[in-house]
Amino acid sequence: MHERSGWRQWLGGFFSSSVGLKWIMAITGIGLLGYVAAHLFGNLKVFTGMDAAGDYYIDLYSEALWHLGGHLVPAGFLLTILRVGLLSVFALHIYAAYTLASRNRRAKGQERYDASRNWAASNYASRTMKWGGTIILLFVLFHLADLTFGFANPEFHHGDVYANIIASLERWPVAILYIVANIALVFHIYHGTWSLFQSLGSASPKYNGLRRGFAAVFAWSILVGNVSIPIAVLAGWV
Amino acid sequence: MDLSLKVWRQAGPDAVGGFKSYEAKGISPEASFLEMLDDVNEHLNEAGEDPIAFDHDCREGICGMCGVMINGDPHGPQSGTATCQLHMRKFNDGDSITIEPWRASSMPVIRDLIVDRSAFDRIIEAGGYISINTGAAPDANIIAVPKEAAEAAMDAASCIGCAACVAACPNSAANLFTAAKIQHLNLLPQGQPERFTRTVAMVETMEEYFGSCTNHGECESACPKNISIDFIAWMNRDYVKAQFKTFQKTGQ
Repeated sequence: MHERSGWRQWLGGFFSSSVGLKWIMAITGIGLLGYVAAHLFGNLKVFTGMDAAGDYYIDLYSEALWHLGGHLVPAGFLLTILRVGLLSVFALHIYAAYTLASRNRRAKGQERYDASRNWAASNYASRTMKWGGTIILLFVLFHLADLTFGFANPEFHHGDVYANIIASLERWPVAILYIVANIALVFHIYHGTWSLFQSLGSASPKYNGLRRGFAAVFAWSILVGNVSIPIAVLAGWV
Repeated sequence: MDLSLKVWRQAGPDAVGGFKSYEAKGISPEASFLEMLDDVNEHLNEAGEDPIAFDHDCREGICGMCGVMINGDPHGPQSGTATCQLHMRKFNDGDSITIEPWRASSMPVIRDLIVDRSAFDRIIEAGGYISINTGAAPDANIIAVPKEAAEAAMDAASCIGCAACVAACPNSAANLFTAAKIQHLNLLPQGQPERFTRTVAMVETMEEYFGSCTNHGECESACPKNISIDFIAWMNRDYVKAQFKTFQKTGQ
């Protein structure tokens, strides 16, 4: 019973058990949170205007990403590796979420409580992770079509990042979509940021209070940062 | 006090269940919740009806037999209290109370408010013990245990196995029960030899029956013994550590 050998011993445990899948959720979650933070940090260059030569800093930033690694590697090489990595992290996160959600559905069975449950500890963020995740996935697909590939943006010109952002977010339904999707994202990452400590087994009465605080500060920073861009475009500040 | 009850009635495991309404009249506020049900049952007996079946044993909050969902609260509105220790003074005259059995696919209803919790026994059988020969009683304090570890182990050991954690969980997960039963052994020196085999065996048995943890924390607030979800985190840590250990017994 529970005998495994070689690499199956740990890989099998992570991918077959729910505790292992939650560990995968947490590790990939850290990767995605790091990406969200880096993505925001880069995007804030939309506020820094242009350099003396008349090039927008955010356009230069996207060029720098493409030439990551300088002359050591072919152009786009490291960025492609990063994108493939990000895509696999996304895929693992979604795979784990889907597997766990279907196991939970089975465990719950058919009967439901008649009296409405009096939620004592869970919150809106924790109970909407599935739906928040789904909204984020759909939004990311639109976001890629809008600002990476450009087919959801009629005035898209590859490389003109600043102009593309303005052209997209000047359409107010699109700007509202960005704002709403970011609110969904922030609920998701608030519970995720707190919850990953628990899944990774990091708990101690001494600093448990800090976990919620850290999650709240992180989530609020992402919300303010991300939403500031569509608001600034709508208000004509950039 | 007078109350109107809405109680889940189900004649047997395969019977179709449904809610029935009862009036509980002249209940003393000093009565426990189970004594209130006893009173209703006496009247049902007199009227020649089947009494409401519910689990109970010690009625002092330490056996883990009782437990029902009361108005959407496992064990009722008072925190840190089993159903038997909940008193009717926590309710108001004229209240309507909905009483339901725990719900989870691995805890099917046997009759009325009684559910089959033998999945918990399967989890304990998988590793909730220490395999040592028992001889004469050892001298007290012959194995030194840090005070903090002893207290944490004692907190975990206060689990009475009532299954309110499963009932409270939106995913029907039994992580709080399993974590308490693993950690009260894993935290002590006597539990170390089997620490990682125990954790893997109990976690994987738990997952054959129950859902997974999404860190809502509902179990902790439903627990009549206020067992902390920190134990779940420590169980997760031991499970992951176990994945990196080889269980080969070196040198044999």
